[in-house]
Amino acid sequence: MSAREQRRIAAEARAGWLLSLPALLLLAVAASGPLLIMLVYSFLEPGQYGNVEWRFSWDGWFGTLFSRDIFDGTVQLADAHLTILWRSVKLALQTTLFTFVVGFPTAWFIATRPPRARAMWLFLITIPFWTNLLIRTVAINEIIRTEGLINKVLLGIGLRTTPLDMLYSDFAVFVGMTYVYLPLMVLPLFAAIDRFDMRLLEAGYDLYASRWKVLRRVILPIVRPGIVAGSILVFVPALGAYVTPRILGGGKNMMIGNFIELQFGQGRNWPLGAALSVILLVIVMAALLIYVRAANRGTSSHG
Amino acid sequence: MKRLMTATALLLAGTAMAQAQGVLQLYNWGDYTSAELLAKFEAETGIKVTVTDYDSNDTALAKIEAGGHGFDLVVPSANYVPVWIEKGLVAELDLTKLPNHKNIAEEWLNVDYDTGRKYSIPWQWGTTGVAVNQSVYAGDVNTSAIWLDPPAELVGKINVTPEMNDAIALATMYMGGQPCSEDTELLKKVRDKLLEAKPKWQSMDYGMTEKMAANDVAATVYWNGAMFRARLQNPDVKYGYPKEGFILWMDQVMLLNDAANVEEAYKFLDFIMVPENAAMISAYARYANGIAGSEPFMPADMKDAPEIVIPAELADKGVFMGNCSPKSVEYITAIWTELNK
Amino acid sequence: MADRAFSVARLPGFTAIAGLVFVCLYLPILVLVVYSFNSGRSVASFEGLSLHWYADAWANDRVVDATLRSLTIAACAAVISTVLATMAALGTTRRRAFKGQTFIYVMINQPLMVPEIVTAVALLILFASVKVATGYQGLGYLILAHSAFCIPFAYLPIRARLEGMDLTLETAAADLYASPWHAFRRVTLPLLLPGIAAGMMLAFVTSLDDVVITLFVQSAGQDTLPTYMLGQIRRQITTETYAISTVLLGLTVVLLTLFFALTRKKS
Repeated sequence: MSAREQRRIAAEARAGWLLSLPALLLLAVAASGPLLIMLVYSFLEPGQYGNVEWRFSWDGWFGTLFSRDIFDGTVQLADAHLTILWRSVKLALQTTLFTFVVGFPTAWFIATRPPRARAMWLFLITIPFWTNLLIRTVAINEIIRTEGLINKVLLGIGLRTTPLDMLYSDFAVFVGMTYVYLPLMVLPLFAAIDRFDMRLLEAGYDLYASRWKVLRRVILPIVRPGIVAGSILVFVPALGAYVTPRILGGGKNMMIGNFIELQFGQGRNWPLGAALSVILLVIVMAALLIYVRAANRGTSSHG
Repeated sequence: MKRLMTATALLLAGTAMAQAQGVLQLYNWGDYTSAELLAKFEAETGIKVTVTDYDSNDTALAKIEAGGHGFDLVVPSANYVPVWIEKGLVAELDLTKLPNHKNIAEEWLNVDYDTGRKYSIPWQWGTTGVAVNQSVYAGDVNTSAIWLDPPAELVGKINVTPEMNDAIALATMYMGGQPCSEDTELLKKVRDKLLEAKPKWQSMDYGMTEKMAANDVAATVYWNGAMFRARLQNPDVKYGYPKEGFILWMDQVMLLNDAANVEEAYKFLDFIMVPENAAMISAYARYANGIAGSEPFMPADMKDAPEIVIPAELADKGVFMGNCSPKSVEYITAIWTELNK
Repeated sequence: MADRAFSVARLPGFTAIAGLVFVCLYLPILVLVVYSFNSGRSVASFEGLSLHWYADAWANDRVVDATLRSLTIAACAAVISTVLATMAALGTTRRRAFKGQTFIYVMINQPLMVPEIVTAVALLILFASVKVATGYQGLGYLILAHSAFCIPFAYLPIRARLEGMDLTLETAAADLYASPWHAFRRVTLPLLLPGIAAGMMLAFVTSLDDVVITLFVQSAGQDTLPTYMLGQIRRQITTETYAISTVLLGLTVVLLTLFFALTRKKS
């Protein structure tokens, strides 16, 4: 490689950095950078009515795992925090699983349409995704309320004599999140299925007897990167969900996102809120790491 | 690009200019401010009031304390007034700028949390009790058992207001104590009672005016005025005054120390002490106000409403939510945090 | 051959599930739109057609204010993020891989990976102290925050467009025009325009949609349409909220249709 060539490469790299710099700066100021401040705050003392006192303290982190009894000062495992964390993880996983169960057939259906119709169906699935999250949650609220559509129908056709109580429950939050995040599962699945060579299916049918076996042995392994991508895209926002549990959970069925917000308001414990945010971030990063690994394995196995 | 930057600059300047033409930033409880009142104020003074909602004393306090909020006036409850004063967040009022100060009703003038009303101007007062949808449960509603030992019909259909002091004071009185108690044995029982009752609740949320009216919840710990409005939409809603003890409270307007629109704020404070205007506040949110002579301007249905007129036999069960000692506040906060987990 | 593939591709029950999914996806939205034309006060029952909730929303100062504020923020954020994203896309595509390229890519997509609530909390902490220090409480903070999380939404379509573009045209242009800037303005930019437009629209819609970050960053009297609606929903579900939602929905659908039209022209 000539010196001139090398200089050119260096200049190109410099131009790449320079062009990206403004975006990086903005992100550093208003997206990534503040995450570090939060880490600092998690090691401070809570102020009496919110905010922080600038004194070092482990209390924020201590508080994520343990709680002190108000009356006798004994230390116990903060089972309440773990319950909320567990509920969040559980609901996020359930949402991911269920969006996959219904999202996969949907993506398959779209991908097997003729090209023109395919674009139309794809458009139809995207519209709700770009529709205001709040509006979608309100719409769900309207359906499952005590006097909502479902109960009206159930009472109307005489299936039930009393309305089903669905609002303000884990179930309501689950339904809401499934509804809200479904397109995030369908789109990557579609992308994976779209690339899938249908002729493989014929080979599959020649080899295996049943459709179920073909699905398991041929289709699922090949569309795996899509499954992984969709799962991550649903799991990450579902875990940190705030709006949906706030509207459909009624302030009692909190998820970690709502609990974090509580610490910055009525809870008056900013360091605990900051520490919990860091924990949430770590869980998400771990999920992403698994994703990257799985995606890499996926490509190497048939690449 | 240049054109774009000019446009952006103009836009930002535009918001700054609006500031100069007389605006006022009011930070008030949600669903609590009459739009007609603000329209009348703007018509009289040319000052445009922007309202931002909060949903609890703590939210308001946290937001203001964090700094950089931009508000001029805030409306804390009586028991929080000393906290705001002590923390230096609010300014002492220049009473010479408030000629209508004399209209404050005698019983609301020399309150123990602000003697002579040097810091706070009455907004509204009311009670915290329980409300029940009588089509679901027709029994006695004048008891906190509705939410702490709920009848079978109501289990899973109860809402509790997420306002810490109200909920814990009601529970303390139900267990035989007084609000602001420092008796740890008793408070322990209060906590256990609340934790035991919590699974029987449906939610801990606001917005019950509409939800009680629409049968989304069947019972709630809530404020009288909101339940008054719920009853106007749904006659089954019945408001009760717990015989174990219910709460009397008052919210008042205070001027923030770092307010940018001080003159406008004074005009607004004086404006709301005019009886006719105070009546407009009440007519909207359906609570009584602390201004003498406003009654003649109030809607007729407020004079004998069961949510406004406290039954004589229960009148002595009402306890005013005043200022608790720091020790008891610590206990209340700790119980609340535990309940909220 | 194609026909056979389709019959092979049919898996039992899949079409039924897909049909159900589409119904479930649109039913709630349909209910909402229908109820926004309800003449009755309560959302509990439909009492007849009327436009008066739209009129009410239009007459409500807070709604109009919040709408204008939302549009202002979204417009500023869309422009800023698209300009920055276009530059970044030009910097990171179609050149020899350089050191740090992956880092830049990860950084740009970071807002997609961090739960919104975490960013919101972090921004609350940062901006609260900046607000105290500078005394400035204007819309700038919201615009800044929105611009940042809109960057990946603007970046992805622009990058995709760039990657699909034909290099030979530009090489020819570089021979024809004197300066690279000239070549960029006359050739690259026009070719890139559909990607930029698509990116800007996605950024606009994303900003318009945001609740959580806005909620934590806003100062006094800075309700945007979504945060105003969130407050309304918590207090009472009024038909007015549905009317606003329907308008917003209409706006989104129009923008999306444009977006698809633009991206389809490409292919």
